[in-house]
Amino acid sequence: MKRFHKHTGLVAPLDRANVDTDQIIPKQFLKRIERTGFGEFLFYDWRYLPDGRLNPSFVLNQPRYQGTSILVADKNFGCGSSREHAPWALGEFGFRVIIAPSFADIFANNCFKNGMLPIALPAAQVAQIMDRAQREEGYQLTVDLERQTVEDANGLSILFVVSEFQRYCLLEGLDDIGLTLRHEDAIRAYERRSAQS
Amino acid sequence: MIDKTKTLFEKLWEAHIVREARVEPTLLYIDLHLIHEVTSPQAFDGIRQTGRTVRRPDLTFGTVDHNVPTTDRSLPIADEIAAIQVETLRRNCKEFGIQLFDINSPEQGIVHVIGPELGLTRPGMTIVCGDSHTSTHGAFGALAFGIGTSEVEHVLATQCLPQNKPRTMKVETHGSLPEGVTAKDLALGIIAKIGTDGATGHVIEYAGDAVRALSMEGRMTLCNMSIEAGARAGMIAPDETTFAYLKGRRFAPAGETWDEAVRQWQTLKSDEDAVFDRVVEIDASRLEPFVTWGTSPGMVVPVTSYVPDPSDARNASDREAAERALQYMALTPRMNIQDISIDRAFIGSCTNARLEDLRAAARVVKGYRINASVSAMVVPGSQDVKKAAEREGLDRIFHEAGFEWREAGCSMCLGMNADILQPGERCASTSNRNFEGRQGRGGRTHLVSPMMAAAAAIKGHFTDVRKWEFK
Repeated sequence: MKRFHKHTGLVAPLDRANVDTDQIIPKQFLKRIERTGFGEFLFYDWRYLPDGRLNPSFVLNQPRYQGTSILVADKNFGCGSSREHAPWALGEFGFRVIIAPSFADIFANNCFKNGMLPIALPAAQVAQIMDRAQREEGYQLTVDLERQTVEDANGLSILFVVSEFQRYCLLEGLDDIGLTLRHEDAIRAYERRSAQS
Repeated sequence: MIDKTKTLFEKLWEAHIVREARVEPTLLYIDLHLIHEVTSPQAFDGIRQTGRTVRRPDLTFGTVDHNVPTTDRSLPIADEIAAIQVETLRRNCKEFGIQLFDINSPEQGIVHVIGPELGLTRPGMTIVCGDSHTSTHGAFGALAFGIGTSEVEHVLATQCLPQNKPRTMKVETHGSLPEGVTAKDLALGIIAKIGTDGATGHVIEYAGDAVRALSMEGRMTLCNMSIEAGARAGMIAPDETTFAYLKGRRFAPAGETWDEAVRQWQTLKSDEDAVFDRVVEIDASRLEPFVTWGTSPGMVVPVTSYVPDPSDARNASDREAAERALQYMALTPRMNIQDISIDRAFIGSCTNARLEDLRAAARVVKGYRINASVSAMVVPGSQDVKKAAEREGLDRIFHEAGFEWREAGCSMCLGMNADILQPGERCASTSNRNFEGRQGRGGRTHLVSPMMAAAAAIKGHFTDVRKWEFK
């Protein structure tokens, strides 16, 4: 898995609540059997007009947000389908961090598995970041997973919470299947116990 | 010393602990892993790339449902990329010795319909699948939840999943559902009350008289929609209804093993004084048939009500969401729900495509014809449901009314195959998500029960099925 230590990047504001995984990557693009090739279809129905041209009013198409790697959105981000194609598409597009007041459980899990950091912050702080990203051209944040901080150049400094284990896995870039396989004895013991009962 | 009382969830959780450590998540054993063509190919690739193998092919079962056509199955799949996905699952199942209910198998169907139907889903199990509606299986008193593809790979390789323990929520129902108000309406009523993120991080246990009175089909509908309230899983303690449903099913225990299993299953319930992190009370007797008006399942009102006015919203965020939803749905504030005309009706999906659902819809449809401006289809949840419905003549009732009668699959619930809405089309749908574009780009979805969808197809607009004149 891709490691995550510290990341500085341009912030794109997506001021919407309940952004679902159908929006992040619509179903017609789920037919690939690879983990790659999804980035160009990210937010397809919002990014492209029905005739296939880029929708100039959509935030990610605006020149000032080109090269963005930190997405800030409203509550319940990633709700709906369990499709891991959603974080694959976000990651391939260039996002490493998503900040929102809350995330759907499966989506947040899927992010961690792909070296992407979902950061849940109180709504007021998210609103503050959203506001700055909308007002200040070139607005950047630095996310430090070691120190668990989100900071900007104007003195904003926020501590965030992440599970100790997920933090450790991201910092080390660990393959968690490999970790589970180290417990082969415990798995065998469980299987023996349940075969007897 | 008296033992701490436990919820059903806690009992299932504890029974599946392989390993507990201080910092790491708990390692849980998975009893049943269901796979399908869309979220599994990358997981199998990972297994091959790392030189690993499938630990328990005997606990893993596959079917094709998400992208398969619902038209003539004797023809090859016209969509080449979909065909590759189906073929890839076939190859993966063969390579690793996994039983597959393939496209022409009599057991093929939506993964959450066939699991219970085959008796693969049983009380007390842990069940996962790379699909968020895996919560459906909780209807049997199982701990069942959706996972991503990396986790599919994890379970294939280890038959375990590291999990942080969710919190618990009890939804306690009082009274009984009125005639014409179904499990779907109960689910929508709960979401209306707690919101689409109301149960995030929680496992819901549904309890009370209205839940006990539900058939297994109804319980599956209710647990299915748990994810739409944000829940990790939904569950219902097993009882005689559960045991009666399972008895004689292909993979269910038989003979003495059956009696032993039932004895064990009877212990699967929350202790009387068990403490939940949160309790939500619902008066089932006051619920009405629901219709969603927006682009999130929480945007829902009773059929006797009207489209809300965004200016009445509690806060700016909700107001903006409502305005955006009304614009997408092309509805105006304060419009009566029953004045909303539809173009399409879809009866299907893992939420509402079981035999009981089709019977309920057919009862409404019988003797009527669908409105001239509506096209409508029924997509049974499985080949088994389809055959059973045909034995009862339900297909004829639907045919005579002008419905199309299709082969089993997810179909227009998510529109991965050819079954999609055209831009601007409005659909009464028995599925589970009314997200923008879910059923086709620009399509407008209204979530309803099977009876409500059937009645809307006939009238051409939403109508209160409690006042229906059955023929």
